[in-house]
Amino acid sequence: MISTSWQNVLNARSDKRPTTKDLINNLFDSFIELKGDALYGDDSSIIGGVAYLKDLPITIIGQEKGKSTEEKIKHNFGMTHPEGYRKALRLMKQAEKFKRPIITIIDTPGAFPGIEAEERGQAKAIANNLFEMMTLNTPIISIVLGEGGSGGALALNVSDITFMLKNAIYSVISPEGFATILYKDAKRASNITDDMKITAKDLYEFGIIDKIIDEDDNLHINYNNLKNNLYSNILELILKYEDNTLLKNRYNKYKKF
Amino acid sequence: MNDFFKSRKLFLKEFQDKIKKPKIEYTKINIDSQDLITCSKCKNSIEKDIFYNNLSVCPKCNNHFRINARTRIEYVCDNNSFHELFDSLEINDPLHFPGYLNKLKTYQENTNEKEAFICGSAFIKKINVAIGVLDSYFMMGSMGKTVGKKVTNLIEYAKINKLPLIIFSASGGARMQEGIFSLMQMAKTSGALKYFSDEGNLYISVLTNPTTGGVAASFAFLGDIHIAETEALIGFAGQKVIKQTIGEDLPNNFQTSEFQLEKGFVDMVLNRKDIRDTIHNLLKIHNYLEVSLDD
Repeated sequence: MISTSWQNVLNARSDKRPTTKDLINNLFDSFIELKGDALYGDDSSIIGGVAYLKDLPITIIGQEKGKSTEEKIKHNFGMTHPEGYRKALRLMKQAEKFKRPIITIIDTPGAFPGIEAEERGQAKAIANNLFEMMTLNTPIISIVLGEGGSGGALALNVSDITFMLKNAIYSVISPEGFATILYKDAKRASNITDDMKITAKDLYEFGIIDKIIDEDDNLHINYNNLKNNLYSNILELILKYEDNTLLKNRYNKYKKF
Repeated sequence: MNDFFKSRKLFLKEFQDKIKKPKIEYTKINIDSQDLITCSKCKNSIEKDIFYNNLSVCPKCNNHFRINARTRIEYVCDNNSFHELFDSLEINDPLHFPGYLNKLKTYQENTNEKEAFICGSAFIKKINVAIGVLDSYFMMGSMGKTVGKKVTNLIEYAKINKLPLIIFSASGGARMQEGIFSLMQMAKTSGALKYFSDEGNLYISVLTNPTTGGVAASFAFLGDIHIAETEALIGFAGQKVIKQTIGEDLPNNFQTSEFQLEKGFVDMVLNRKDIRDTIHNLLKIHNYLEVSLDD
């Protein structure tokens, strides 16, 4: 018997789900990709660039997992290296400069755990994003698209509003990592997801996320609805930006957690 | 401003009271006879007095023993100058996680601490600082809601009082049992530091053994200056996870203080005995003044 929350994990990881590329193609117009962190390299687990949301120029930064095996390898299964987080920060600073709202899309099992990622300062890269995003003076909306894995997800999720897809998960660590740390047995992952409270419903009740985006049985979403939702929320955030309450609200939101 | 003077007055009074009290000794190290301690690394026996005078470091092989938060405060701060803050904050169990409250209570009994972060105001060679120390003996110094709130409160206290901030990290990372709330503490503490930093305040982060996971990826790596204590484990991902992911052995000094120095992520690696003097010198060059406590 599979628990609902474990089914949720399987859905969140399913290849049938939309990825960041699908969202870029279906929600925005005239996307122009901007690459590289201008320090070390380009990280293809994060796709960044500028586009229009209806008539509004915006900056998009999203983690891409890929669907085919070839794509997955190319995008490192959505596991970001330090240069990915630094690229994201570079583009976010640009968005602030040119007064563009930011939409971040989160879909990662976690920041990449590897020798080179550590050598290039994975911890520092994530910390820096959390630090800078808190006072980045432009509206930020995050969408938790599939897996929101740990600090690797949070590094794109210091935001004013967080959307989350109905079947997505967002957690302090993967269920496997959680089971390994607490019970020394990764195989217990499927039994402990209820206790972890990682579903959109749980997180909405906690106030960690602000809106649940519906999915149909095939794990597809209604792009038009999402587009309208994003647009109206950004317009509201722009008002807060204009009366200088945006950043204060953002900090207060995190302080209450 | 009135509140500031009021709290300062209260603090000074408590400080005077504390000076009169005897010094409390905290020991957490296996003692094999009344006077001898065995070094876990070189296996030599060390006389207890010599060991403690050497700040719980083996005088023969420079092995830095893990110490608890109170001992760290004793080693770094002027005698009896520590005035604890935010110690009345209650523990949290936001997920109602099975068995968690009992576990917390056991740790509280074993360590005699309420949570894994001890903080307050203190003096380091007569300079007033806001200081916080993670206690790796309390659930591996992990950060949940209460730890995150105490860290944030300390940062805001330092900001309001224009004090330099010193945090000693020793942590396995986020507290698993508080789930997503633990993750959010990373954003909260980092954001508080941004506001602290934007007002021109100094934050010295000291990374001690171990500083990993969500603590490394938030306030521990957001200092103006980073000091790593000798031979500490410092990094983001756990070594087992990295080995499993890449299927290779890890380099010898991987994720050590010395590795972080070589890669450019800490300013210096110091022996425990040099940390207090170095912090003092850094405070002075940032124009923080020594106060005469006799006045």
